[in-house]
Amino acid sequence: MGPLGLKIIYTLITLVICGVYGLLLGAFMAKTMARVQGRIGIPLHQPFVDIIKNYGKRTAISHGIMFYLGPVFRLTGGIGTLVFIPVIFGSEYFSNFSVAGDLLLVMYFIFFGQLGMALGASEGGHPYSPIGIARGLAQMCAFEVPFALAIIAIAIQYNTFSITEIVAAQQGGILSWTFFTNPFAVVAALLAMLGMNMYPPFSIVLAPQEIPIGPPTEYHSAYLGMLQSNRAIFAAAKLVLFMNLFFGGATNFPVLVLKTWAIYMCSVLVGAAFPRFRPEETIRFFLRWPTVIGIVGLLFAKYYLI
Amino acid sequence: MSSKDLLPNDGLSEIDQEFFCQAPPEYISPLPKPIEDFMNWARSESLFILAFGTGCGAIELRPLTTSRFDMYQYGIQMRATPRQSSVFIVGGYASVKTLKRIVRSYEQMQGPKFVVTLGSCPINGGMYWDSYNTINRIDHYLPIDISICGCMPRPESILAGFVELKKMIRAGQCDGANLYAKNFAWYKANQKRIIKDWNMPDYNW
Amino acid sequence: MMLEKLKQTFTVTEVKEQKKNLTFFTVPKEQMEMMLITLRDHHDYKHLSFIVGIDMIEDGVFKLTYMLYNYETNHSFGIHCNIDREKAEMDSFHHLWEQVGTYQRELREMLGINFEGSPRLEENLSLDEGWDGPPPMRRDFDTKEYSNNTYFQREGRVNYDPREYMREQLYPTFPKTESDKLLNGGGKK
Repeated sequence: MGPLGLKIIYTLITLVICGVYGLLLGAFMAKTMARVQGRIGIPLHQPFVDIIKNYGKRTAISHGIMFYLGPVFRLTGGIGTLVFIPVIFGSEYFSNFSVAGDLLLVMYFIFFGQLGMALGASEGGHPYSPIGIARGLAQMCAFEVPFALAIIAIAIQYNTFSITEIVAAQQGGILSWTFFTNPFAVVAALLAMLGMNMYPPFSIVLAPQEIPIGPPTEYHSAYLGMLQSNRAIFAAAKLVLFMNLFFGGATNFPVLVLKTWAIYMCSVLVGAAFPRFRPEETIRFFLRWPTVIGIVGLLFAKYYLI
Repeated sequence: MSSKDLLPNDGLSEIDQEFFCQAPPEYISPLPKPIEDFMNWARSESLFILAFGTGCGAIELRPLTTSRFDMYQYGIQMRATPRQSSVFIVGGYASVKTLKRIVRSYEQMQGPKFVVTLGSCPINGGMYWDSYNTINRIDHYLPIDISICGCMPRPESILAGFVELKKMIRAGQCDGANLYAKNFAWYKANQKRIIKDWNMPDYNW
Repeated sequence: MMLEKLKQTFTVTEVKEQKKNLTFFTVPKEQMEMMLITLRDHHDYKHLSFIVGIDMIEDGVFKLTYMLYNYETNHSFGIHCNIDREKAEMDSFHHLWEQVGTYQRELREMLGINFEGSPRLEENLSLDEGWDGPPPMRRDFDTKEYSNNTYFQREGRVNYDPREYMREQLYPTFPKTESDKLLNGGGKK
């Protein structure tokens, strides 16, 4: 077994860790929301039980090949995002398959899952699925604008598209984090992250307990289990990405947990405090202030930092 | 095979037929005992209710989601789609018109699935026992796992019923989907006896 | 003033001033349309509140009540119309108020009254799924027998006459004839 084999094993370990961590974060979010609403809330192992139950369903029906492929694409998007992000800076094995242009690849993978899901969910034939997809894609296009602006800003700032190099450039004290060197880009990206995580006020896509349940309306049993696993992995991957890009990365797991948890708390606090936007309000919101802040961040990087 | 056992998807057009299952539901034997016990534990701890309010009992379900009762702490939550749900609640009296929707929703759910009835009407008709459009015994049309009595049962009793249901699931006593598959012809015959203009597929969605 | 004029114009067989703001007229079936149009167009009864049908099986008629309402004077005008139970037919007034069609559908469904020309008359509102019994709100329809024949009764149901049951439970020593006399005679004034 050469270094590649070891690397694959370590990547799988990373996947498991991130999946478990993502599920715990989801449970933590639900628990916090429950406490804010004066409820007791779920036990922290509830998401794991849900996933086990969904994988353990006895029957499942299919609506065609694309219906199978939808969750697969979604999971590919989640895993793909994670696999190309260096999780621990400086560690040979936990930097996964980080390559020179991985930032672009990761941005593509963030979009990829949703597109695959759109194809699969339409095959289900349920009228609510296309509604959810339309909302999801609209929201995605909206928050992609400030996010892309922030990414371009830091690409200009560090003159690279490699996440490892971006993290390396932020080493050496808190003040060299992007968060302090280019706060505009970071704020724009964090606002985009609120939309990305799909918690309130941007939870209309996945309104899980209401009539239009969103893209996964027709997904059940193991398909739903896959989607839930992906949601956990994807959430963890996004947090690691944000930590790497804006908060100096992490050199060991405790720091990783601390930083990602702090980033996640942005979503949790906003989600607990605000009611839900409608789709058109979401789009208007993202195309207004976050975009302006993103442009400011871009100009700041272009004309001030360089 | 006589036409009575076969239950063809007649009443459906050629184009519609290919959208639906052409085979009746099958008996699915459980996994080896330790795994099945573990799965039963997971099933009992994660009950997804189909949010479909039939009858007056639906109004007593809503308080369960509020902070006073908070059923989510017991792993019970509402889902909007039958595909993802595992618990079906017949909340009170079921009229003939509702029964059609109940059967459709129930068959769309994926096994193992559990049925809970609220109130006395699904048991013996309750105060509508001599009505011309209210079904007296729902257990002749669907396999019932547990009935919670009362008119209507308060949210506390519904929670108590769910705790009992969890115990039964953990003990492996709730096998409604297989019961339905085994006695499929009998259930279908009973359903067709009252839903006279049968215009939906016989098997599954 | 208005009532007098109406009485002169139409064959009003029965007048009932129920309350200060509620009056009932009974008119023959043929004059119903004219009556409704007059009330609506000349006396400002613009709002049709509801139509109900009652099965008066003893008289052999269905009693239809059209309730009109005047927003200016807050006065309700109910118009009774008796139609033959055997030949249950009535003119359709869906051209006067659009919502009448829905009421007529319900009356057709529940009492079996035919309204010639009413829109979507044959579509049932609630008796779906291939109802093939008689109209269920007719009083000669035995709902208990229908239920027994159609649905599965659970064994063991015992029915009590409430009055007898209460008397036996609460006053077992009280003589039966006395209590009957009290209950039957005492209630009337």
